[in-house]
Amino acid sequence: MTLNFSSLRADFPVLAEHINGKPLVYLDSANSSQKPNAVIDAMTSFLQHSYAPTNRSAYTLAAHATDLYEGARSKVASFINAPHAHEVVFTKNATEALNLVVRTWGSANLSAGDVIVLTHMEHHANIVPWQMLAAERGCEIRWVPLTSDGLLDLSNIDVLLSGASVFSFTAMSNVLGTINPVKELCALAHKHGAIAVVDGCQSVPHMMTDVQDFDADFLAFSSHKMVGPSGIGILWGRESLLEEIPPFLGGGNMIADVKLDGFTCAELPGKFEAGTQPITEAVGLGAAVDYLSAIGMNNIREHERDLAQYALHALTSRFGRDIVIHGSNDINQRGATFSFAFKDVHPHDVSQVLDQHNVCVRAGHHCAKPLMRLLGANATVRASFYLYNTTSEVDALCDALEDAGDFFTL
Amino acid sequence: MPGLEDLYREIILDHYKSPRNRGTLEPPAVRAEGHNPLCGDEIEVFLDVQDGVISDIKISGQGCSISQSSASMMSAAVKGKPVEQVRALIQRFKHMMSIEDETSEPDTSTPLGDLEALQGVVKFPVRIKCAVLAWNTLAEGLELASA
Repeated sequence: MTLNFSSLRADFPVLAEHINGKPLVYLDSANSSQKPNAVIDAMTSFLQHSYAPTNRSAYTLAAHATDLYEGARSKVASFINAPHAHEVVFTKNATEALNLVVRTWGSANLSAGDVIVLTHMEHHANIVPWQMLAAERGCEIRWVPLTSDGLLDLSNIDVLLSGASVFSFTAMSNVLGTINPVKELCALAHKHGAIAVVDGCQSVPHMMTDVQDFDADFLAFSSHKMVGPSGIGILWGRESLLEEIPPFLGGGNMIADVKLDGFTCAELPGKFEAGTQPITEAVGLGAAVDYLSAIGMNNIREHERDLAQYALHALTSRFGRDIVIHGSNDINQRGATFSFAFKDVHPHDVSQVLDQHNVCVRAGHHCAKPLMRLLGANATVRASFYLYNTTSEVDALCDALEDAGDFFTL
Repeated sequence: MPGLEDLYREIILDHYKSPRNRGTLEPPAVRAEGHNPLCGDEIEVFLDVQDGVISDIKISGQGCSISQSSASMMSAAVKGKPVEQVRALIQRFKHMMSIEDETSEPDTSTPLGDLEALQGVVKFPVRIKCAVLAWNTLAEGLELASA
């Protein structure tokens, strides 16, 4: 199926915005994506016609709202090919989803001397929660190194995973764009008796995800990076693990019964959803899943592969040695997220000049300071593309970079 | 919308390209470190305070043109100045950056000189923290020196 991706732009109202007469060139989707009318309308309509508390009250309006909320869970489950909808837990964001794994599975299973394996390309959200628990319990953290072209260096992986309890890794780097071999990494974890925790924040919005094919144990990802609203994240967990681990936050909805001398937990997924949930956001997330599914994740991946190819060629042919793009130049091993150094111009100054052209990029350390140290950079410029971006926006980025280079030529 | 020339005045680019007082000082000079956790900018300010006067100052670290030039101009402005005058200058600079953390009006007896060029940063609120980083670090250094 061939889709005209440039026509999709009309689905995203913000992309029609002009600032100072110039069109918006939004290249910050790895940070957060824009939202289509389908999502905006679903949330507005829900608030106007169907809003009520979920899983509590017996009246018709509440039953309907509950159907929509639980329907969103089912949509998410199908989207990642989860065996059961009740394995999908809604959280505040992906960061909370990862913290949930650490504070429930980790607290129940890790003690002094136990080994946690992470990679050198993790986001702080998949580092700091483990460091917090490791410091409390006296666990060891081991790091999978990277190759010079920004791929995981698996040459010593059996030694690193030897005796490990958990291997937690990103499916795609938010800095390098590297797409990791998730299925292979899950198999390696299991071979050594470790569970596999996958940070899918950068991969789930951009390519097909199949937790059964991965044979993963946990998968965390966010709604707001996949054209859904902010305020809701997703944790998928293997049913048997979710059943055996303790609850996360305590409160309403997560209990079966409460007595003066204790409580019992609700069935999945309520056990992990204390308090009133982001109901409207779940409805928006459901609409986002429908929107992406209708386009097809493989089509989105193809479109972004084409964009990545075009961008790599355009940036290197125009700027040659003046640009250093971190990560792999093999488009089969990377997504359309590019972090780079440009001449000697500081990333903040690059992004300031780009902003004059309405080209929105992120400048900074991208919440991955260990990786930045490895790259020898305090900050990089990051341009990240999504389904609504076009090759002409790559050209706009190049034109704006040209301007930045001219302005700051020393 | 303010243009790039409002932000990147010539004198700022000059200090960025040729930063003054780069380097380090050995103890007993004090060393203060500042970070901008959002963007990763880092700065170190070394201060040699003798008889209530900043007899020497050195700056190291890395950051964008605004944070670097602000640090360079600051070092030139405070070197050889009495600590009390420098404290007033810090207050005055932060006031210029629209950071009103003091109740009283700043003492304007200390001229801002080249530092006036950073006035345009106020039009770019995101960059104010870049301009102020060195000054907060200097203030911390003065605390250490007087401790």
